[in-house]
This record gives sequence, C-alpha cells and structure tokens, in this order.
Amino acid sequence: MWELIQTYWVYFLVGQYPNGPLGGLALTVLLAALALLVSLPLGIALGLARVSPYRAIRWPVTAGVYLVRGVPLLMVIFWAYFFLPSLTGHKTDQFRTMLMALVVFDSVYLAEIVRAGIHGVPKGQVEAARSLGLGYLATMRLVVLPQGLRHMLPSLVNQFVATIKATSLGYIIGLTEVSFIAAQINTQVFTQSTAVYTLLALAYFVLCFGLSRFAYWLEQRTHTVRVSA
Amino acid sequence: MLHFDLNLLRTGQYHDLLVSGLLLSLQLAGTTLVLALPLGAAIALLRLSPLRLLRSLGWLYVESIRNVPLLAHLLFWYFGAPELLPDALKEWLYARNIEAISAVVALTLYTAAYMAEDIRSGIRAVPWVQTEASRALGLGFLATMRLVVLPQALRVTIPPLLSQTLNLWKDTSVATVIGVAELMYQAAKVESASFRSAEAFAFATSAYLLVSLAITGLGAWYHHRYPVRTV
Repeated sequence: MWELIQTYWVYFLVGQYPNGPLGGLALTVLLAALALLVSLPLGIALGLARVSPYRAIRWPVTAGVYLVRGVPLLMVIFWAYFFLPSLTGHKTDQFRTMLMALVVFDSVYLAEIVRAGIHGVPKGQVEAARSLGLGYLATMRLVVLPQGLRHMLPSLVNQFVATIKATSLGYIIGLTEVSFIAAQINTQVFTQSTAVYTLLALAYFVLCFGLSRFAYWLEQRTHTVRVSA
Repeated sequence: MLHFDLNLLRTGQYHDLLVSGLLLSLQLAGTTLVLALPLGAAIALLRLSPLRLLRSLGWLYVESIRNVPLLAHLLFWYFGAPELLPDALKEWLYARNIEAISAVVALTLYTAAYMAEDIRSGIRAVPWVQTEASRALGLGFLATMRLVVLPQALRVTIPPLLSQTLNLWKDTSVATVIGVAELMYQAAKVESASFRSAEAFAFATSAYLLVSLAITGLGAWYHHRYPVRTV
C-alpha cells in the first residue's frame, strides 16, 4: 500500500492538474463546496416558501420538495446527463451536470433545514417584531433568519459532509472526482484492489469525520451561547 | 418537440427489462432491510453497553461506515474484498450473482450503521426513571426492557426507521455502479439501446417516486395512529 501512495498520491489528490483538468480529492471538495454555496440562497428561499402563510406559494414548493426527495440523486443526474441534451441540443460537461444535480438536491434538503431552523425560533420573537411594526419580510430578514441560521450552522456542516459523499456519484457519468481516479488507479495496478479502495475509503473518512467533528464542536458551542444569552 | 411513446413501457422487451429491474430493486431493498434491522439493533446495544470496550467498538463501526460514501463501500465489497477470500469460497461466490451479493453486503453494513443510531436514540429517549420505577416494582431487567422500555422506545423509533427505509430504497440505485441489474441499470440499458431516454427515465422516476411516497405515507399514518406520548 505504501508503494501505491508514493506512486499515485499527486494523481489521487489533484488528478492531472497542472497538465490537464483538475480532478481527484480536490475536485470532490471543490464541487461539494460550490454546490453548497450555490444552493444556500435557493434553500433559504425554498425554506421560506415552505413556511409561507400563502397556500399558492407553500403547496407547489412542498410538492417539489417531496418529488425531489422521493427519487434517488442518481436519477436526477441521469435526467440531467442523458435527457437534458436532447432538449437543449448540446451536451453539458460532467462537472456542470453534476453541479446542477447537486444544487437541485441540496437546495431541497437545505429548505428542510431552514424550515426546522425557522420553527426553532420562539414564536414570541415574531410577535414582538410584528408588534414593533415590522412587516412579514422584514421580520423574517431581521429577526427570525439571523437566529434560525445560527441554529442551522451544525446542520449545514453535516449537509456539506453529505454533499461530499454525494459527489462520489459523479463516478457514473465519468466525472474525474476521487472515486473515479481510484477506479482508474485500480485498472492500472489491477492486483491491489483492496488496497486502492481502502485508501479511497480512508480519504473520504478523514475528510468527512473531521468535518462532522467540527459540526459537533459547533453544536456544543452554539448551544452554550444560546443558553447563556 | 419530443414524442413520448407510452406503448414502449406497456409491452415488449423494454417493458420486461424495466419491470425486472424494478423487481430486483425491491428485492435488494427487502433483503437489506431484513438483514440490516437486527444488525442495527445489535450495534445500538453495543453502543449502550456498560462496557467501555464494547461501546467504543460500536462507535467505531458507526463512524467509519457513515463517513464514507456508499459508492466507495460498493466498490470495496465488489472489487476489493473478494480478493482476500480463500479460493474455494471465491469460486463459490463467482458461480452465483456476485454483483447482487456484494451490493447486499455493502447496503446492509451501510444501512445498519444509520439504523443503529435511530434505535439507540429511541431507547435513550425513554426516561431513566421508567426503568427505576419498574425495577422498584419488582420487575427483572429483561421484563423491564420488554414491558416498559422497548414499547415506549419503539414508538419513537419507528418513524426514523421508516425514513431510513426510504433512504435504503433510494440507495439501491447506487448498486448500478457495480453492474447489478436493478431499476437504474435497466433504465440506462433501455436508454442506450433505444435512445428513448424520456420514456426509460420516466418509468424509473415514477417507480422510485411511488415506492418512496408509499413509505412516506406509511410514516404519516403511523405518526397519526400512534402519536408520541409526552411523559
């Protein structure tokens, strides 16, 4: 296994990078971070729509959330990769396809996190803001969301972990993220599959375990802040 | 505009492929559920054990499984693990449906880690005083568990277990990467054979969605029928 690391570690981490497109673990992290960043405002908008007092807004968004949560992510990727080109007439590259699928998926899951965050803010806060003369949107923006987002912080880090795990599905459309690179290394060395895939699992573990510990630490920290405030 | 050919899905070889994929997906999910539930319960008990060593073992299992994507688990169990087996066992395995067996192993280990956490938090949600009270009434440890703790724990555990089953159902689609001929695999096969991506994916999407909504509905019904009691 040590020889394997010595030969392939650069390829594993960044793919063909300076001489070719970025890949490997770096692409995995970049894709997950970008997906979360793009879907965060969308998720907040959808989350607000889920708790909206207007049925015309609440119902279609709720239906959309159930639809996306009811199908596997792989299905969304397949639609984007195979079906979209026949509609638009030109093929989207793997990175953009994956980013699109992840944004659709993440924003729906974030919407539920935002909804829970909003529900976690005591009702008295809304009543107080409304009685001070703030409108619905101003109440949300100035009073509810700042508090809700703070409760959501640990869940957001967990969603980042989930997104990192989800990027592995890019493998199936040939995106050169870390699982795909591992499979390529596997075909090159070909008698050491166990070592290659153990390394892959270890790489994911270090990344995700570190992040989930960070989420746990954040949870402890925001908890004490909330209690003392 | 595209033409949607419903007949393609009603009869013929493509119909047969898609239906056989759906059946295999359901089988995968069913087998995994039956295997993962007891394993999950055992791991939950490990994590609640009074012995530190057993607790750490349970913790190690859950953390090491949950922080690695299912895809990596599948690749490991399909390409990596059989390498380590003795030749006789390897031959026996390859004579059978090695793809499906690897998928069931990976899915079971993965799902059990999540179910263990649900079961553990369900048991922990029962206040400790309940145990103390029933012990004070003269019930033994097993009777306390069976008559007092578990009935209350199950009530709060079933909804998260159902949503875990929903995740399992969706996760079966990932088994396509190691060539298990389940629904997603057949949909892709029909797509590449007929170039009718809309029809193939519409079938798969509605099948996934219908089963998912059925599981969600079951959860909602349970929640309504057996609401969580607050002590």
